Amino acid sequence: MGLAHEHELHRRRKSRNIGLGGVLAGFCLLIFILTFVKVETQDIRLPAGAATETGGN
Amino acid sequence: MTDASIDPQVREGDASFGDYLALLKPRVMSLVVFTALVGLVAAPGSVHPFIAFCAILFIAVGGGASGALNMWYDADIDAVMKRTAKRPIPAGKVSAEEALGLGLALSGFSCVMLALATNLFSGLFLAFTIFFYVVVYTMWLKRWTPQNIVIGGAAGAFPPMIGWAVVTGSVSLESVLMFLLIFMWTPPHFWALALFMRGDYDKAGVPMLTVTHGRPATRRHILAYTVLLVPVAVGAAFTSIGGPIYLTVAVVLNAMFLWGAVRIWKRDEAASEADNYKVERWFFKLSLFYTFLHFAAIMAEALLKPYGLGGW
Repeated sequence: MGLAHEHELHRRRKSRNIGLGGVLAGFCLLIFILTFVKVETQDIRLPAGAATETGGN
Repeated sequence: MTDASIDPQVREGDASFGDYLALLKPRVMSLVVFTALVGLVAAPGSVHPFIAFCAILFIAVGGGASGALNMWYDADIDAVMKRTAKRPIPAGKVSAEEALGLGLALSGFSCVMLALATNLFSGLFLAFTIFFYVVVYTMWLKRWTPQNIVIGGAAGAFPPMIGWAVVTGSVSLESVLMFLLIFMWTPPHFWALALFMRGDYDKAGVPMLTVTHGRPATRRHILAYTVLLVPVAVGAAFTSIGGPIYLTVAVVLNAMFLWGAVRIWKRDEAASEADNYKVERWFFKLSLFYTFLHFAAIMAEALLKPYGLGGW
């Protein structure tokens, strides 16, 4: 039988779970966008050897 | 089985998300965010807006982490003081160990992420700020010397320097002046509050200037720090972060602040008690506007510069 009313304790757990889930999802999105921005704004060059290897195959 | 079988008491470990957020001292965090943002905007050069957003976020998280560590260490005195008795640890919602864990984890996280997102110097600077606030201020000097407010003010004054370092990767005269603006402002701001908010710190055994050296000495200290603050605040107008807007704001506010400090110095306890600390309360309110308007003026100068309006 389920609980008829949500207890304070369950409300607190729920807010913690949703809050933490939101923080983690936000962090993933943040790192995702940050990676794009970093790659876009910084002049990243592969070493000459690595460029030849990938280009040669 | 009925709902009545559940223990209705909220215990440690039953904290809501909001209780963990409260550990991070969101109100202090807002000041950190604002001043760091001003430092970042006023600095010469630019960073990508998203990197700027990340930098401010990680600085805020670092500030929050030091707040959690402060609450962990000060849980005993927080429980005694009326102002802090409802904080998550004394209220029994979060255990002291949890606060310590959260504080340490977020400290490491914020410094590493700031260094990765911006530059190593900023990350190290944030780490130093957290160390200074938690170890030097909270653990060492807060309960030992009545000059604790001065030291605490230094910790709160670092954020604009970190914001500046995010863009430039270094320290300069302008960022030191922004630091000094908050550093010199904190003692008169806090001691004015201490004059009309009695009791709490005495009960907790924290040495406050009002108790250790007396209230007339506190009044003299307020005036002395205000006199030292004025040249810093007005002098910043003639550097690259200043301009006509900042100069106007600084001259008006510093004249008012100095006038208020002189009035506090001239008063005695009988006069203050007669009008329920009217002048001290006015001075405290003015001090809130004082920092906000100075930093808002620095930001205005920086934002108007591209249009040929800000700066000299």
